[in-house]
Amino acid sequence: MSNDLVIKDLHINVQGKPIIKGLNLNVNQGEIHALMGPNGSGKSTLANGLMGHPLYDIDAGEVIFNGINVLELEPNERAKLGLFLAFQYPTAIPGVSLANFLRLAVSAVRSESTNGTENAELIPMREFRRELRDKMRQLGVDDSFATRYLNDGFSGGEKKRAEILQLAMLEPKIAILDETDSGLDIDAVRIVGESVNRLIGPELGVLIITHYPRLLDYIRPQFVHILLDGRIVESGGWELTQLLEAEGYEPVREKHGIAEAE
Amino acid sequence: MATPQPNTADQLGISTEYQYGFHDDIKPAFKSRKGLDEEVINQMCDIKEEPDWMRQYRLNAYQIFKQKPMTKWGGDLSQLDFDDIYYYVKASDRSERSWDDVPEDIKRTFDRLGIPEAERKFLAGVGAQYDSEVVYHSIVEELDKIGVIFLDTDTAVKEYPELVKKYFGTIIPSADNQFAALNSAAWSGGSFVYVPPGVKVDYPLQAYFRINSENMGQFERTLIIADEGSQVHYVEGCTAPIYNSESLHSAVVEIVCMKGSRVRYTTIQNWANNVYNLVTKRALAYEDAQMEWVDGNLGSKLTMKYPSVYMMEPGARGEILSIAFASKGQHQDAGAKVYHCAPNTTSQITSKSISKDGGRSSYRGWVDVAKGAKGCKSHVVCDALILDKDSRSDTYPVIEIGENDTNIEHEARVSKIGEEQLFYLMSRGLSEEEASTMIVNGFIEPLVKELPMEYAVEMNRLIQLQMEGSVG
Ligand SMILES: Nc1ncnc2c1ncn2[C@@H]1O[C@H](COP(=O)(O)OP(=O)(O)O)[C@@H](O)[C@H]1O
Ligand SMILES: [Mg+2]
Repeated sequence: MSNDLVIKDLHINVQGKPIIKGLNLNVNQGEIHALMGPNGSGKSTLANGLMGHPLYDIDAGEVIFNGINVLELEPNERAKLGLFLAFQYPTAIPGVSLANFLRLAVSAVRSESTNGTENAELIPMREFRRELRDKMRQLGVDDSFATRYLNDGFSGGEKKRAEILQLAMLEPKIAILDETDSGLDIDAVRIVGESVNRLIGPELGVLIITHYPRLLDYIRPQFVHILLDGRIVESGGWELTQLLEAEGYEPVREKHGIAEAE
Repeated sequence: MATPQPNTADQLGISTEYQYGFHDDIKPAFKSRKGLDEEVINQMCDIKEEPDWMRQYRLNAYQIFKQKPMTKWGGDLSQLDFDDIYYYVKASDRSERSWDDVPEDIKRTFDRLGIPEAERKFLAGVGAQYDSEVVYHSIVEELDKIGVIFLDTDTAVKEYPELVKKYFGTIIPSADNQFAALNSAAWSGGSFVYVPPGVKVDYPLQAYFRINSENMGQFERTLIIADEGSQVHYVEGCTAPIYNSESLHSAVVEIVCMKGSRVRYTTIQNWANNVYNLVTKRALAYEDAQMEWVDGNLGSKLTMKYPSVYMMEPGARGEILSIAFASKGQHQDAGAKVYHCAPNTTSQITSKSISKDGGRSSYRGWVDVAKGAKGCKSHVVCDALILDKDSRSDTYPVIEIGENDTNIEHEARVSKIGEEQLFYLMSRGLSEEEASTMIVNGFIEPLVKELPMEYAVEMNRLIQLQMEGSVG
């Protein structure tokens, strides 16, 4: 088990406010985990902190990936090690085509160098084009995607599919999917779910973050965790999702004596 | 975030030699003494064997120049010493007509400027200004066949005196401003283009030139006449070597777009950091004619440039798309002017500026609607991107409306490179430099996609060079 993502007693604060308050979690390649929690419980804070967002301060704890303490690393260095975050709200980069961006990104994560200040040598255009086209076909993404500006004017569903396309191209070891199902209609959730399913295998570990278990109808997690008030308060299997579906977060809150967030 | 690495240019696949700072050892055939006066002008006219009317035109312009006070607005011109400049430098004796006749060292410079072989064939005629004189100018036979004239302006004065005389200085008179007066007195080189009625030139006419003599003034003069219903795209690209002392570039570009014609004038300039680039560009657009300026300004110490379109008759349209990149020690004072002199004329101004490492960019715009010019429309968009807290961006828009029945929109936005954008790109493996370069290239994409392919590639490369080592 060399490629574990090991999170130990992690504390994250945002603008001085503690949000993640001592979180422990292990994710291995080949495993599917679901992290569930109500709005505002700190799910995105965890995701951003793991990826190295400069606004999210790590107060204490450790994040070991591949045996390396990643908390010292720049976001791109984490990406090169094989960590990936599908954003809840992907940012638009006007004027930059998805294809141009992805070619540089793929070149960067596949380069030998793990040094985050080095610029990447571009992979050959033909090779990249072929691969991109194949992956787009597999995921049922329209060809026009490649030339559109990254997330600029994309619908909610298109943004999420662009994230999954990036996941497919970058081939990370561990992927965090932050509410990849939110804001999508039933059909879009199904398409995204099936797409992710296609990528799942022994090489990929997934942490699916969601506050509503719809996506989990398509991607069956082996492990389910409930996040409340910055800590994982329950861990278990599929039965936990059933419990949440039936009764919501209230019984869990009561059990752990945590009041509803303001 | 991260510290810059050396050799980034190599890793980006750019030769580090390609820095536009090289200086080939070219001996000028003739060089006037420093400073401008009647004697220098007469000497220049003698060597050029110019007709008397041009000599008189120059001398008259020189009188106007002497009387004009120093320009006080725009940028800081206090370091500019008009007496410390060579006004006429002649690089070689003849105007070359075939590539084989071009001297080896000049060819070498072109090679290093990176004009690809394939492109040379494609070039409609390379009007290459080397020092103050055009040394290489090949005109493809097709241009001749369809009656298009594409010459350096010096030659045009001799070969087409009536045509030149009819328009020269009528769009931008000597008295227009201090630098137009100076150019009118001291001009050399530039292009003359005439497109006959109904003729559409379907490939861009390109002129490559560069400054190559220390302290040399560069005063080219371009005149383009698009006759009724014709179409032409003129492209001027320029790189300049680095100098130790101040260098002045002051061009005048005059364009006439006759009824139903369409002209696009594209410029990409990357000047050395000590160059004053003070340019007057103006076009007249008659009935249903369309004039487009696409203007990219990089480098220089100070650029003052405001391409303008006068819409003289109904249905005329003016478009100006400009981009300025101001780095350390640079002030880009760029903008656009549109004059709606007739009813139902339309204009669009799109200005994008990037300021970095303490650079300063200003947008100076003028939208004028004459009384009685009903039903005019003008849309102005100014976007400024500021890369760090030492850098600066200002806008100075002026709108003069003498007519109620008009529709004018002005939008201005200032943005910083967003932390979220940087994080997003870096989370995908891009270095901070790659990420910010990508964001900047995206920002200017609306302009770049208007450029001919090879210029688009060049523009992106220039941006990459500008962004190198900028991250800290
Ligand atoms: N960028 C941010 N700026 C300010 N507050 C933030 C930011 N990100 C998260 N927070 C705060 O952290 C808490 C948890 O938010 P978040 O992690 O987004 O929750 P979730 O993703 O579980 O809905 C909220 O109180 C939210 O306001
Ligand atoms: Mg969230």
